[in-house]
Amino acid sequence: MLPEEMRLDGNAAGGALRELFARDVTAGLATCGGCGGARPVGALLDYGTPLGVVLRCPDCDHVMLRLTQVGGWLRVDLSGIAILALPNVPAS
Amino acid sequence: MSEPRPAVPGGPAPLAWRVATVRGVSPASAHARTLVLDVPAWPGHRAGQHVDVRLVAEDGYQAQRSYSIASAPEDTGVSLTVERLDDGEVSPYLTDVLRPGDGLEVRGPIGGYFAWDVVAGGPLLLVGGGSGVVPLLAMLRHRAHAGAAARARVPARLIYSARTLEAVIDRADIERLEGATEVDVVLTLTRETGMEWTGRRGRVDRGLLAEAGWPPSAAPRAFVCGPTPFVEAVATMLVELGHEPRHVRTERFGPTG
Repeated sequence: MLPEEMRLDGNAAGGALRELFARDVTAGLATCGGCGGARPVGALLDYGTPLGVVLRCPDCDHVMLRLTQVGGWLRVDLSGIAILALPNVPAS
Repeated sequence: MSEPRPAVPGGPAPLAWRVATVRGVSPASAHARTLVLDVPAWPGHRAGQHVDVRLVAEDGYQAQRSYSIASAPEDTGVSLTVERLDDGEVSPYLTDVLRPGDGLEVRGPIGGYFAWDVVAGGPLLLVGGGSGVVPLLAMLRHRAHAGAAARARVPARLIYSARTLEAVIDRADIERLEGATEVDVVLTLTRETGMEWTGRRGRVDRGLLAEAGWPPSAAPRAFVCGPTPFVEAVATMLVELGHEPRHVRTERFGPTG
C-alpha cells in the first residue's frame, strides 16, 4: 500500500484540532509557510500516525502542523503555518 | 454531563467524549449497516459532518476512527452507516457485534469544511465512491427536508461509484430521493459481473463527469468523498474540466477496503 493511498485529510484531524482550538478549524484557511498557498485546513493532507496528526501542504508537501498527545500533554508544532484565518462566526 | 448548547450546530463548543446508546441497527448494503444512536446532549449537526468513535479494550488499548453522519440534521437520532472492512480494527465491531441498547463512545459533530446546508445553495454536484456516499446522502436527506421551492433553487446530482450492486449503500433510499426530491442519480458499478445490471459500468472518468456533472458555467458546489485515490482523481478531473478549485470540496476515507 502506497502512503498516498493511506493518507487522509484535515477533515479527519478535525476532532483533535477541536480539542486544541475549542472550535472548528477545518473551514479555516491556512497559509503554507513553505509555498505561501492558502488552503482550507480540511483540504490539507493528513499523514496521521497512531501518535497524532501531521498535516502537509497539498501543493508543496511542506509540513504545516504536527499534533501529538503523549503522556498527558497535547503538543503542537504550528511553525509550518504562516497564517491561520478562522471564520469569526461558525460557518452557516 | 451537559454542556452549553452552541448557537449554531457544530459551532464552538467543548468537544466531549460521550457514551451514545445504540437505538437500532439495520442493513444498508451487503457489507454495511446503519447504527442509529441516541447521543446525550447532542447539539445538532450539519450535513457532511462526522463523529469520532473510540473503542477501548479491556487492557486499555484504544482504537479511534471517524464515521460520517448519514442522517439529516432534521432526523431524530444520529445515524452512522459503517462499511465492514475485513481487516479493520473498528468496523467489524460496529457492523457485527453492537446490538441495540449497547453503549458506544463518540464525540462530535466534527467538521465545517466538508459540510453543506440548503442556504449555501447550489447546484449541488455530489461524487461518491464506496462508503464515501454516506455524507453525500446526509446532504441529500437534508435537502429533502426543505420545501419543493427551496429544492428547485438547488438542483442536485449524485454520481455514485460502487463495486457491485449488492455493495450499493441505501439503494432503496437513493431511489426514493431520486423520485421524490428531484435528484439526478448516476450509479456506476466497477466490478459487477452479473448480467442483471444493465446500467453503467466502470470507473468515474472525465467523460462521465463532463456528461453527468454540471458545466463549470453553472458554478456547482462539488463534494467528493470516498477512498483517497478516488477522491484525488475525481477532484483533479473536475478542476481540469474548469471547475473552481475552491468549489470542489473533498473528504478522503483512506485506502480502499
